[in-house]
Amino acid sequence: MSLSTQAFLIGARDTTPLIIAAAPFGLVYGALAINQGLSEALVMAMSIFVFAGASQFVTIALLASATAFPVILATVFIVNLRHMLYAASLMPQLAKVSAWLRVPMAFWLTDETFAIVSNRVSQAKDDKHFTAYYLGSAIFMYSSWLFFSWLGMTLGQKIPDIKSWGLDVAMVIAFVTIVVPLLKNYADWACALTAGVSAILTYHWPHQTGLLFSSFIAIAVGVALGYKNNTVITAIKTKEKTKNV
Amino acid sequence: MSDWLLIAGMAVLTFVPRYIPFGLAGKVTIPPLISQALSYVPIAVLTVIIVQTTLIRDGEVVLTVQNHHLIAAIVAFFVSLMTKHQFLAIGLGLVSFLMMKWLSFG
Repeated sequence: MSLSTQAFLIGARDTTPLIIAAAPFGLVYGALAINQGLSEALVMAMSIFVFAGASQFVTIALLASATAFPVILATVFIVNLRHMLYAASLMPQLAKVSAWLRVPMAFWLTDETFAIVSNRVSQAKDDKHFTAYYLGSAIFMYSSWLFFSWLGMTLGQKIPDIKSWGLDVAMVIAFVTIVVPLLKNYADWACALTAGVSAILTYHWPHQTGLLFSSFIAIAVGVALGYKNNTVITAIKTKEKTKNV
Repeated sequence: MSDWLLIAGMAVLTFVPRYIPFGLAGKVTIPPLISQALSYVPIAVLTVIIVQTTLIRDGEVVLTVQNHHLIAAIVAFFVSLMTKHQFLAIGLGLVSFLMMKWLSFG
């Protein structure tokens, strides 16, 4: 077995725990989407061509509240902006990867694969098998997501009142467990608090425009407070450096 | 038909933010202010979604124990905060949701 095949398989293996965590969300996505009145082809097409759990959930939730398509698209874009940060932080590793291979790698970038790959990068900065490892993680994640979406869709049709079980609570709980570990300093907490308060004040705005408005305000608060925070930290670090010299 | 347009639009708007930095890798670096703003995106967007789907039920703000989504989210919040254990937080959140549902039927 070549070393890159090995890296591919290790990438898949390392992603397994995160796939187990994502499986219920694939199931719930499929069940909610089919009970939302989307055709089977549309439910699967979203998993095949969009492949972004949070965006797919948000879309189903927004469709349920009869949101206008442009607002859904704007929300999807905003929700996906975090991928831009993920991708940006992997730029040094990508510099050596061929241009055509970057296209599928970008398409397959998820929270899960990013978490696994960035962990490997932090252990070995100059990894010759980075691409193989990345693809192993990403392709396993992609095929699992398609399988669990399909399974959820099938079960959702057999159990029509699955919607009344409140399965959407799994999504909310998952989001909570994604956000909490991100709250590290007071700027993060202020950002979350602003988002929460603004969400309540603006929930009645038409077409969920309150979601976009609240997100922008919260990001601005985070940047304003975090910037000050960062400047202080940088200042302290510079001071320490000068001391050592 | 328009549903397919929605999915096509979603596919493009999901792919573009993922691809831009990959495409630019080795050519440019992101300004610090932009990358800092991007780092707050998950907290901001997900918190709005969490609050709007838990506190608001059927178009009204519901702050009672009848709001099972809210109870489950609060349980998940504290478990996650205290243990940093994602599986445990999701599990206990779901259990508390089912318990509340079961109790309200009894």
